[in-house]
Amino acid sequence: MSDIFRRDPRTQWIARNRLHPLHVANIGEPERGPSGLLRKNLHNIGFIGANGVKRIDRSGDSKGGLSGRKATTAVEIVLPLHQIDKPDFYILVVVDLVSARLNNHDRDTLGLAHHMANSNNAKGAVVAVLFGEVKEDKLDTAGIDRLIHFDTSAYQSYNPEQRCADLCNIVNELQPKHILLPDSINGGGDLGRRLAAKLDQRPACGVWKVNGEQLVCRGGAGKTDITRPMAKILLVLEECSEPVSETRHQSLLMPVVSSVTVKQRILDLGNMSVDPNAINLAEAGFILSGGNGVKDWPEFHLAAKILGATEGASRVAVDDGFMPRDRQVGASGTWVTARVYIAVGISGAIQHMQGIAQCDKVVAINNNDSCDMVKRADLSAIGDSSEILGELLNVVRQHAAEKPVNHVVINHG
Amino acid sequence: MIFDPSLNIVTLVSIGEHPLSGRPRRAEQDARALELGLKLVADNLQVLYIGQAKSPATVSVLKDYLGMGLGQIQVLDVPPQADISNTLLENFKANCPDIILTGGRAENGESSGMIPYLLAEQLNIPIVTSITDIVSIDMLTGLAEVLQALPRGQRRKIKVSLPFVASVDMAAPAPRQSAYGCAMRGQLVVKDFNQSIDDVGQRHWQVNSAQMRPKRLKIVKAKTAADRFKAATAKIQGGSGKVIYDSKESAQEIFKLLRDEEML
Repeated sequence: MSDIFRRDPRTQWIARNRLHPLHVANIGEPERGPSGLLRKNLHNIGFIGANGVKRIDRSGDSKGGLSGRKATTAVEIVLPLHQIDKPDFYILVVVDLVSARLNNHDRDTLGLAHHMANSNNAKGAVVAVLFGEVKEDKLDTAGIDRLIHFDTSAYQSYNPEQRCADLCNIVNELQPKHILLPDSINGGGDLGRRLAAKLDQRPACGVWKVNGEQLVCRGGAGKTDITRPMAKILLVLEECSEPVSETRHQSLLMPVVSSVTVKQRILDLGNMSVDPNAINLAEAGFILSGGNGVKDWPEFHLAAKILGATEGASRVAVDDGFMPRDRQVGASGTWVTARVYIAVGISGAIQHMQGIAQCDKVVAINNNDSCDMVKRADLSAIGDSSEILGELLNVVRQHAAEKPVNHVVINHG
Repeated sequence: MIFDPSLNIVTLVSIGEHPLSGRPRRAEQDARALELGLKLVADNLQVLYIGQAKSPATVSVLKDYLGMGLGQIQVLDVPPQADISNTLLENFKANCPDIILTGGRAENGESSGMIPYLLAEQLNIPIVTSITDIVSIDMLTGLAEVLQALPRGQRRKIKVSLPFVASVDMAAPAPRQSAYGCAMRGQLVVKDFNQSIDDVGQRHWQVNSAQMRPKRLKIVKAKTAADRFKAATAKIQGGSGKVIYDSKESAQEIFKLLRDEEML
């Protein structure tokens, strides 16, 4: 049903005309008060207009529900499908796929590829190469016309030489006009440079602007801008272009080019477990932060140790001497980027909220359910912080007992 | 921890530049690579610099490197416009060392970070990037175990076959201070390198100091005035998250969230 408000003039007319044979059936008997006076129910006067504002039709005695109808379900906007059946050329994009999802850097890269494929009335197709498992559910709106997916168990681990060889095969087969990779520390920068060395092409690194056939790149470790002619391989920075937002794309799965297994000279032995408190607070992925509401600090430290979280603190906890100054999260401390941030006993001063603005998931443990942190949090546990932490540790311990995991602890500088 | 002294390790160094003052200095990543090399083989470490040997900035910075306890630094003198990757390759073609340590990227010039990749490709040896440490080297099997720095402070252990190129990350142990006495005792062994090829690719480039990048604006794609008004005045919406009052239930929910985000 559409969102547009429609009047029903006939019903309104019946409502106005007390002599109409259907008036009583539609409107009901006029309401009378205890003394027999005719009463008007003020709440039934008027109707809710198209923009959510109440409108009163003074022209007649219209009543709510009679005068019109309004859609209640929000209509999901279906974006137009961008279809490329016979592309003139291909633009290859290799996305990072951090934790099996597209991140902003990937989307910006795809946006730039879409722009390059369709500028000047060109009809190119964006081919995205995905390595490993994919959990992303919005692949169609990311701007991917064609999809090449390598999904064997070998791609779960770090195998840059195999990936580079696969990309070489794809490049030989499709002859893409340009190859775009995010110039990131999540693998794109490494893979792009490997590919460039393999194909004997000079890549444009740190590209942040494409002006037609001119590229603007960051050089000199970020101190200079280099304007240079267009290159075949582009390693682009974040926010190099707007991500695709106005079209859906086909994401047609292309057959995987015959994958040649190359001899692995690099063998992935897996991740090491690192002391979470040795990780820089600004780049830690999981932070357990304590504030004024924490009364049992030894238990807090124990919880951080068992959960494997980096410890943070609010300003009050630091001022009171429970945590060192370099653990402070917020405006005068560190601005964190954690994927999960657990705030224990932090009510959420605005300076603290600024510091956690970039966190994905915030969990609040607090005894006050009206504080700002609870408003910001995706999950709030209201109650005594040490009790909830204790319960959480019990759950974690139970789970660990069911599934023993071997940890190799290393000491790193 | 000093490995087999017969191990042939070369560290490539470059001239760094302070990001604010622009003064020449030890390149931070190269100094870390040098520190790692010194840790592995101490006095047997070979250090190589390619560039203009005569410029005063070069000499002062190379002295800083010498001050870390090096006997000598080999300097290949090439003109400013030379393609360094080519020169390096010519130098290593005759005898390829077991490990070539470099920084991730230079602090001036194009700063593309391609040198280690080009070397590895041309010498047909593997490359491991952004390493923080070399844990062990087994000369019998010809395998080394290295630690690689990952985002968010994580580390990965990698086994790689010798010989290899390794670029060192900023997460590697910080370099030692430069000592004046050592710097004075150390020697710069300059070799002229006449076969250098000019880097013709850079001729059409324009280099300016970096502009501020425009900040991305929040684009509101509202069709109606009411939507635009809502977008302009919207505050953080309260009550969007789940609120639980029971401690047992909330512990379960938090645990589930941590599991879903793969934090445990």
